[in-house]
Amino acid sequence: MSAQATTPEMQVHIEAARRRRARMAEAQRLNKMVRVLVTPEGAQLHLKLATAAERAGAFAIDVAIQWAIVGGTLLGLSFAVSSMGFQNWNIAFAFWLVFYFFVRNFYYIFFEIGRKAATPGKRALGLRVASRDGGRLTANAVLARNFTREIEVGLPIQFLLMGGDQLSAWMALFGLLWSGVFLFFPVFNKDKLRVGDLIAGTWVIKAPKAQLMGDIAQVSADAPRNAMFAFTPAQADAYGIHELHVLEDVLRQSTADIKRQVAERIRTKIGWTVQTGETDLAFLEAYYAALRRSLEQRMLMGDRKTDKFDVRR
Amino acid sequence: MSDMLKSYRFREERESDWRKLDRILTRAENSGVKALSDEDMMALPHLYRQAVSSLSVARSISLDQNVITYLEGLCTRAYFYVYGARTSMGERMAQFIRIDWPEAVRGAVFSTILAALFLFGGAALAFFLCLQDMDWYWTIHGQTFGEIRTPDASVDELLSTIYTEPGDIGQDRLTAFAGFLFNNNAQIALFAFALGFAFGIPTAWLLVWNGVILGSMYAVFWDKGLGYEFTGWLMIHGATELFAIVLAGAGGFVIGGAVAFPGRKSRLASARDSGRKAATIAMGCVIMLIIAAVLESFGRQLINSDTIRYAIAGTTLVFWLLYFYLPRRRPGT
Repeated sequence: MSAQATTPEMQVHIEAARRRRARMAEAQRLNKMVRVLVTPEGAQLHLKLATAAERAGAFAIDVAIQWAIVGGTLLGLSFAVSSMGFQNWNIAFAFWLVFYFFVRNFYYIFFEIGRKAATPGKRALGLRVASRDGGRLTANAVLARNFTREIEVGLPIQFLLMGGDQLSAWMALFGLLWSGVFLFFPVFNKDKLRVGDLIAGTWVIKAPKAQLMGDIAQVSADAPRNAMFAFTPAQADAYGIHELHVLEDVLRQSTADIKRQVAERIRTKIGWTVQTGETDLAFLEAYYAALRRSLEQRMLMGDRKTDKFDVRR
Repeated sequence: MSDMLKSYRFREERESDWRKLDRILTRAENSGVKALSDEDMMALPHLYRQAVSSLSVARSISLDQNVITYLEGLCTRAYFYVYGARTSMGERMAQFIRIDWPEAVRGAVFSTILAALFLFGGAALAFFLCLQDMDWYWTIHGQTFGEIRTPDASVDELLSTIYTEPGDIGQDRLTAFAGFLFNNNAQIALFAFALGFAFGIPTAWLLVWNGVILGSMYAVFWDKGLGYEFTGWLMIHGATELFAIVLAGAGGFVIGGAVAFPGRKSRLASARDSGRKAATIAMGCVIMLIIAAVLESFGRQLINSDTIRYAIAGTTLVFWLLYFYLPRRRPGT
């Protein structure tokens, strides 16, 4: 079939198929980041690994906090020392240096040993550290994963700042490449492990706190509305699980304008005529309940209709 | 109402328990176990199991995305809480000092000897090279201004760096120097540990290089017939500090060895098992270096008698050896 022979209608189909393929590829990519943890009760938990970008973001936040602590105390200290007339400034500075060492190396350890197993940066992005074997996160593991931070981040920076004559510049370049292996380690393995994670037996997972929202199906449990929206089995079966989830998102978090457009498209698709006193929201909620009922019934029989193109039966 | 969705009824019956678990967990995460009442503690395991089974059922009967995401997050949090360690910081520290640290050190005898050979081998090499030809000192250290302890210094100048006169002005400057030294040494110790991952080769280099610096300095004093005095000056804290650096190197070798020669385990499992042990050793090194810094800044400035310096050095060394290697009964056996 040549390109000239495609009708507009066929082009719509081709476009739909392309989008579906892209969607499935994306789902598969996300699926690669999921690890199954079987609890001692035999239940499966799906842990999502944090992406390299999320971890870099969390690290950036943590570094900013560390700089704020170190800079703030230095500023406060120099202010205090100058107001005391520079007596014993050496001793004060010595204590600050020790303090600096601890902030630099023990900031992460302090927070990760704690109850939330996450630094403020990780917490901000909904990440936490967990043991790879599903057991408890021991203090040893937290120490191990953080003591290597110095070579992963510190070493490349040191080589970057090195320079001078030509020989040492070459040395610096070589060192940068070598230490870059440590820095970019998380990007190149499927579990997104840092060197520290590797030797500590840990990984970083995404465990954001989700809010339980109201069930949309509850609203349509009202009797008078049920009578108003009596969908035929064919109408209630027009879409699949993917569209149901999109509809859920639309109902939970979109503008009235989008709701109107979506309602319009569904009405066209299922051949629904607008009745008197029917609002878009009421129609969508009723249709959501009907679609979910039909799909959940299928699911009980072991048949998951993934999307509207899924027409096995 | 029989007309209701099955998944809707399922949720309606269990929702209050989920929310209760959520509340308990939030309180426990924010303010610790102590914030929980006895009633909550009793309810927690039951609520956790119920939530986990709700999740498995919800996956097979419900298509409400929000419910599944919520339960997934709730169960993960509850799992980590129920099966996570709930020991306090104090208990963890006691466990570390009493059992974990000496055990980890005892388990790495071979690596410790290897690290000591690299450090003191480097020191011996530089020492004998410098004794034969003092130009080696300049090759190793380069030209640094303000450094008194060079081959060009007189015996009196060298002696002045070893002993402090009463009312010395430089005393608080030396304290600052000790803070700087601790920072530097502790960072080197952690580096030696972390670099072990590259099969231990950079660790060996770091140990040898630190040994060379030490050995060349030693040669300067030895050459002027101050070997005995310098040893006292160095060892009052050096017994602890050098031991710590050797142990940090040993930690590095433990990891390097595990990565290079995993034996019957997989390379990943081998790295993981040894990494945790080695990290314990490295943590101990930081503690030892703090003690060394205290000995250095206070002990060395206040004590000017060679005999007492030697006595302190000997005592600390014996203490560390006994602490690490004295066979002891494992608690609970």
